[in-house]
Amino acid sequence: MATVRLSFSPAPVHVRTARLVGVAVARRAGVREDLLDEVRLAIGEACTRAVALHRQHGLAEPVLVEMSDAGAYSVRVVDRAPIEASIGLAVLDADQLANESLDEDDLTTGVGFALLAGFVEDLQVRPVDEGVGTEVRMVWPVSR
Amino acid sequence: MELSLATRTVGEHTVLEVGGEVDVYTAPRLRERLLELIDAGARHVVVDLGRVDFLDSTGLGVLVGALKRLRTADGTFALVCDKEPLLKIFRITALDQVFPLYPTVEAATGVGK
Repeated sequence: MATVRLSFSPAPVHVRTARLVGVAVARRAGVREDLLDEVRLAIGEACTRAVALHRQHGLAEPVLVEMSDAGAYSVRVVDRAPIEASIGLAVLDADQLANESLDEDDLTTGVGFALLAGFVEDLQVRPVDEGVGTEVRMVWPVSR
Repeated sequence: MELSLATRTVGEHTVLEVGGEVDVYTAPRLRERLLELIDAGARHVVVDLGRVDFLDSTGLGVLVGALKRLRTADGTFALVCDKEPLLKIFRITALDQVFPLYPTVEAATGVGK
């Protein structure tokens, strides 16, 4: 059972709200203070990715964020975009990043994934159990 | 905190001081300002991230875009950043190998050396 559930229309302006809520719940759940910047960044990246996918596919459905503190602090960010759109996430190296032919959207996607993979030890990106979409699941330890 | 942008000139460098949060919502304004500066003829641009308290992949994408644009115009682009959380972001994304990063505006502009 989720502790806090938030759904927002896929607009960039709401990503900040999701970050603020995510960090507030993390703090209350007992995530260490020195991890909160990383929690904020990771939730932001996962939500930014979901918003971008919804906009790319013209989907007006909301993005769902579920935060739970049962055991550890876990956050699920669920989009409703076709699965194939989510494939191709890869961490780019410095040469690829500096390559003139790489456009800004692809660069942002690659960098966003590098940040998720770099900041979240327990990270899963998988198809949703029901219907169309992907969920990004992130887990942080809590100390209570 | 909202995005703040302020420009000043140091020698031949245009220094853009950025403050607040640079994310998917505010990054378009940063992109617009950088394009304005470059279109107006700035060729040596330094972006001072000293007052930035949040930077995500969208903001990083904008900064790389400006770097590439200036490089093709025979210009230079550098970042000023001395905050460990932001430096960690550059290291994790390998962008520390792409951007010239300096701890102070003086170091980035070569003034006061």
